[in-house]
Amino acid sequence: MKPAPFRYHRARDVHGTTQLLAELGEDAKVIAGGQSLVAMMNFRLARPRHLVDIGALRELDHLGVGPDGALRIGALTTHHTVETAPDEVLGTGFAVLRRAMGWIGHLPIRARGTVGGSIAHADATAEWCLLAVALGARLRVAGPGGQRLLPAEGFFLGPYTSVLEPDELLTEIVFPRPAPHAALTEFAERKGDFALVSAVVDLDIGAGRVRGGRVGLGGVAPVPVRVPAAEAVLAGGGSFAECAAVAAAAVDPPDDAGGSTAYRRQLVRALVERACTEAAEATERREAGRR
Amino acid sequence: MTRGEDGAREGEGRLIGRSVPRREDPRLLTGRGRFVDDIALPGTLHAQFVRSTVAHGEITAIDLSAVRAVPGVIAAFTAEDLAAGDIVAQLDRPPQEFVPTAMPVLARDRVRYVGEPVAIVVARDAYAAEDGVEAARVRYVVRPPVTSEAAALADDAPLVHAEAARNTLVDVELFATDGIDEVFATADRVVRVEARTGRQNALPLETRGAVAHWDDREEQLVLHTCTQVPHQVRTVASRCLHLAERAVRVVVPDMGGGFGLKCVVGREEIATAAAALRLRRPVKWIEDRKDALSASFLAREQHYDVRAAFDANGRILALDADVVCDMGAYSCYPFTAGIEPLMAAAEMPGVYTVPAYRVRGRAVATNKAPSAPYRGVSRPQYVMVMERLFERAARELDLDPVEIRRRNLITSFPYTGVNGITYDPGSYRESLDLCERTLRAEGWYEKRRTARAEGRHLGIGYACFSERTGYGSAAFAQRRMAVVPGFDLSEARMDPSGAVTVTTGTMSHGQSHETTLAQIVADELGLDIDKVRLHQGDTDRIAYGWGTFASRSAAIGGSAVRLAAGRLGDKLRALAAARWDVPVDRTALGRGEVFRRDDPDTAIGYVELAELAYLRADLLPKDIEPGLTATASFDVFNDGTFSNATHGTVVELAPDTGRVEILRYVCVEDCGVAINPQVVEGQCRGGIAQGIAGALFERVTYDAQGEPSATSFMDYKVPTAHEIPDVAIHHLQTPCAFTETGAKGAGEGGTIGAPAAVLNAVNDALRPTGVELDDTPITPETVHRALHRRHYQESTR
Amino acid sequence: MTTHPRPPDAADADALALQAPELQLMVLDVNGERHEVITEPRRTLVDVLRHELRLTGTHVGCEHGICGACTVLVDDRPVRACLMFAAQAEGARIRTVESLSAGSCGRPDELGDLQRAFRERHALQCGFCTPGFLMLAEGFLAERPDADREQIREVVAANLCRCTGYQPIVEAIEQCAAARRAARSDVRKEK
Repeated sequence: MKPAPFRYHRARDVHGTTQLLAELGEDAKVIAGGQSLVAMMNFRLARPRHLVDIGALRELDHLGVGPDGALRIGALTTHHTVETAPDEVLGTGFAVLRRAMGWIGHLPIRARGTVGGSIAHADATAEWCLLAVALGARLRVAGPGGQRLLPAEGFFLGPYTSVLEPDELLTEIVFPRPAPHAALTEFAERKGDFALVSAVVDLDIGAGRVRGGRVGLGGVAPVPVRVPAAEAVLAGGGSFAECAAVAAAAVDPPDDAGGSTAYRRQLVRALVERACTEAAEATERREAGRR
Repeated sequence: MTRGEDGAREGEGRLIGRSVPRREDPRLLTGRGRFVDDIALPGTLHAQFVRSTVAHGEITAIDLSAVRAVPGVIAAFTAEDLAAGDIVAQLDRPPQEFVPTAMPVLARDRVRYVGEPVAIVVARDAYAAEDGVEAARVRYVVRPPVTSEAAALADDAPLVHAEAARNTLVDVELFATDGIDEVFATADRVVRVEARTGRQNALPLETRGAVAHWDDREEQLVLHTCTQVPHQVRTVASRCLHLAERAVRVVVPDMGGGFGLKCVVGREEIATAAAALRLRRPVKWIEDRKDALSASFLAREQHYDVRAAFDANGRILALDADVVCDMGAYSCYPFTAGIEPLMAAAEMPGVYTVPAYRVRGRAVATNKAPSAPYRGVSRPQYVMVMERLFERAARELDLDPVEIRRRNLITSFPYTGVNGITYDPGSYRESLDLCERTLRAEGWYEKRRTARAEGRHLGIGYACFSERTGYGSAAFAQRRMAVVPGFDLSEARMDPSGAVTVTTGTMSHGQSHETTLAQIVADELGLDIDKVRLHQGDTDRIAYGWGTFASRSAAIGGSAVRLAAGRLGDKLRALAAARWDVPVDRTALGRGEVFRRDDPDTAIGYVELAELAYLRADLLPKDIEPGLTATASFDVFNDGTFSNATHGTVVELAPDTGRVEILRYVCVEDCGVAINPQVVEGQCRGGIAQGIAGALFERVTYDAQGEPSATSFMDYKVPTAHEIPDVAIHHLQTPCAFTETGAKGAGEGGTIGAPAAVLNAVNDALRPTGVELDDTPITPETVHRALHRRHYQESTR
Repeated sequence: MTTHPRPPDAADADALALQAPELQLMVLDVNGERHEVITEPRRTLVDVLRHELRLTGTHVGCEHGICGACTVLVDDRPVRACLMFAAQAEGARIRTVESLSAGSCGRPDELGDLQRAFRERHALQCGFCTPGFLMLAEGFLAERPDADREQIREVVAANLCRCTGYQPIVEAIEQCAAARRAARSDVRKEK
């Protein structure tokens, strides 16, 4: 389990990185925290001829809320940084991200793994991919010709596949609006494993009642998905249990050694209901007090 | 047991029974341990193996020319190049009961599992070795694989070994008590359990590995390898490589666990040695995790079909068992493919008074990585089946599950069972009573009642079992092994400074022998433990030994060590007695001195005696030889000794996901005299964790092509601190009458009891549903399906 | 009957592998000591620590980031040294198990407080996973000195141990954390 040979390049800035990527073409791979990539390289399941290390691009290591109220997360921000971010950095309405970090691997993985790396890796069960899709994040991508800002929904094309071109670099993840009543929950046989099924619910609560919300699922399709039918139940004043049942009926999860389609559907039901309950109970004030 | 009594001075602190801090710890805690991969000899080359990509097939061509062209690759060898002999494990049984099979060091013309080594690549480092492996070209004609025990036994099954009809390597029918069919026909109640247990990996955190080199000065192959059985490795290396045993030295450094997986001889360490011989350079092989999971030794995949007859009072009348063990592609050395079925067949009645017994035990060959012993060997499985039988009978007869066990436990000792085994005294009943009392006092029965009333699924489960630990030559001979392990040898030597080195043929791979065996020696000689060193795991330092497996080290190794130390003590006493001109029996040992019984203030220190024995031999009486060494052997000539325990556990099932959460785990154990209670507790806790792993998490499956499912820790789900609960341990102590220390052994018990306890608790929690689960591992999906049967019927696509 | 050559992706021999390896100079700061290493960029941090610097206290258990036997501190945080190329560690402060004790001779009286707690609690048997757990705990307690037992258990779940059943490891870390807290409050009281 030793990686195949490669040439190592240390990136100095974003522009230089995309230039270099353009030169190297398909055989190059960007490495940030490397928590997924190095494992795949050790198995020789990934064998890039060139590795471009962006670890030194400090400008991509930032976290904070802008004047527009959007949370901007630099691609090199580690899960651990988000997990331990104080309220004044994370801003109001984004504590869901902090809570969600506990589901990502374990402390040493979170200490090294990055938000951008996770999204660019595009694992269908990854927490950040699901959070990005469910909470409507935008992804800032730099290429040799300039930048583009992409909605997270549509970014993922399939397992480990995204719209990112070989010469492009994901630089920033933008969560445009607060999600004060949101929660991520998931199920895996062991804590810290890739989820069999994961769910994010982001409730729109006003005047003490649920007016609607977003429902996102991981592990039920090749990419994280939103479930409009379940969202419609929330918008129509249905119960969390109804929402969960509709979500379960709306998806067609895979059938493999990890679990049957029927069981995964039951998990969708369980997790959506749990996420709804947690989301409804989540308030920024309580969260602020806990930290 | 007189030696201990006259060996100690009154009031002297004894170490046996105390949790002496481990001698091993300081080096291991500071990163200064030396494991096999830490050994760096100048000029070492690194090996990796080209492994079969097909489960079953003919090798038609092996082309290593591209391998040899890879930068950094020094050499690549096939079976033909190495010309090593095969590894053959034998039982002394007739052909209808046992079919021997040869395991070549590298596959020659046939491959029998995915991952089977086909060629060895030797390179300047491990990276280049792996580059080389990728460049190998092997062509196969694929044969249909045999991937289950049922498929192996089918009439038209492909044959894994041509010589083994119906892929049957072992087939024994034992005991068959007269009139057993009549008992079943007339019994008040007959219950049946059919159970399958998942294939597991013993999974030492340190994978297998070896560093081999030829020592010109000693004219000796030196093989550093992490094995539980150094002398067995020497024998196999000597035979396969056509060397005298003297010309092979096996040295075992610190070992990162073994659990049975390292008590058999692997082909890779022999191939590594063969490559080192060919190249006359040091060659290192460190198994990577992918290979350790898929191409190493596995265990535990068994199928039980068992019936038990009961009378109306819940007394067991008869047991009729059919056990089929899927042993994978080859017999392991020295235990053979019989290891699992013979253990299950011989010992299944366990702690219960079973008046009539019949069993058929079979080992079948399949196209999977071969099986080796794994902590507990079959006992975790048959105990689970026995405990399920009692639970089922209790349910059908409307008896309390603890009460039905009480009515059937062996309570008078020694007890000779229907299986011909004589059980030495234990605390079967007492351990069950204490375990139940503990859970009742903690309020779990009340909590279960409340939970059920609220519609929650909380269950309590027990397991009662014994663990034979003192397998001497007699017990292994009953298995009819062609190579009969059992005894142990020990040598104790005092140097001129009064410090003692003692050897053991056992081999610690985490069990703390450097501490516990030194405690025995220190007590025996009345010597400071810091003056005692243990030598283990070096075939040039240790005359002979069988290594560490079957929980034999404390019972047998500890006894040999004590005898040798005692004989060394006799020599010290003889020296002192000669000096005082008194009979030896007027002397005794203690506090680093020989003293006079009639005048305890008259004493001679060991240092003075040691100087006399070595440096002033001119002063020795004619009848006393110079030097201070003594050897002893120890064996168990009866059926051995049995540790016992009861485990009790409480689980709750998550209704929406099916997850099993263990709320409480209580272990009441009795391993005789606990030499070091903290070490015993460590063995219990670690064993229980592995038992829970087998009950709920770990499993290697194979697809129809014979491809293993588990090649990473993502697929092979070793439980973490999040899944393994705290364990409360209570000790009972029934000393063993025929080991030298009263110790029985504690290596495997935890693993044996946990699957049964967990499975029973899950079934107790499932009771309102009417569903019973008998197969392991129990996955959350299985539980969820049991809880919501209707749901799955509706949603079946 | 069909014949199976090796899968096509692996059969495509790597062109780079057929060239002499490209070497790279790396400067690493390990346990406060500066090391210069010339090696291939594909070497993982754990392999360089073990085989180039001969710091063999850090162990290799799985090489895919699950078991944690290779855990070291990189800029004070516990990370998997198998999931990091040594080249990525340039400019970072690396600490291994060899840095934990007061002395460097491995004598019992030189053990650090965390190591002593492991010994007292019998939190190690074979000792192979132990350096990883020590570094995990060292990094975690530095950041969260007030962690309670459940939080410690959650962190201990990051690594695999096959011998102990984990409970003694949790207890050892808890004991060490409590002792450190007590020592801190004593210092405060004295002031």
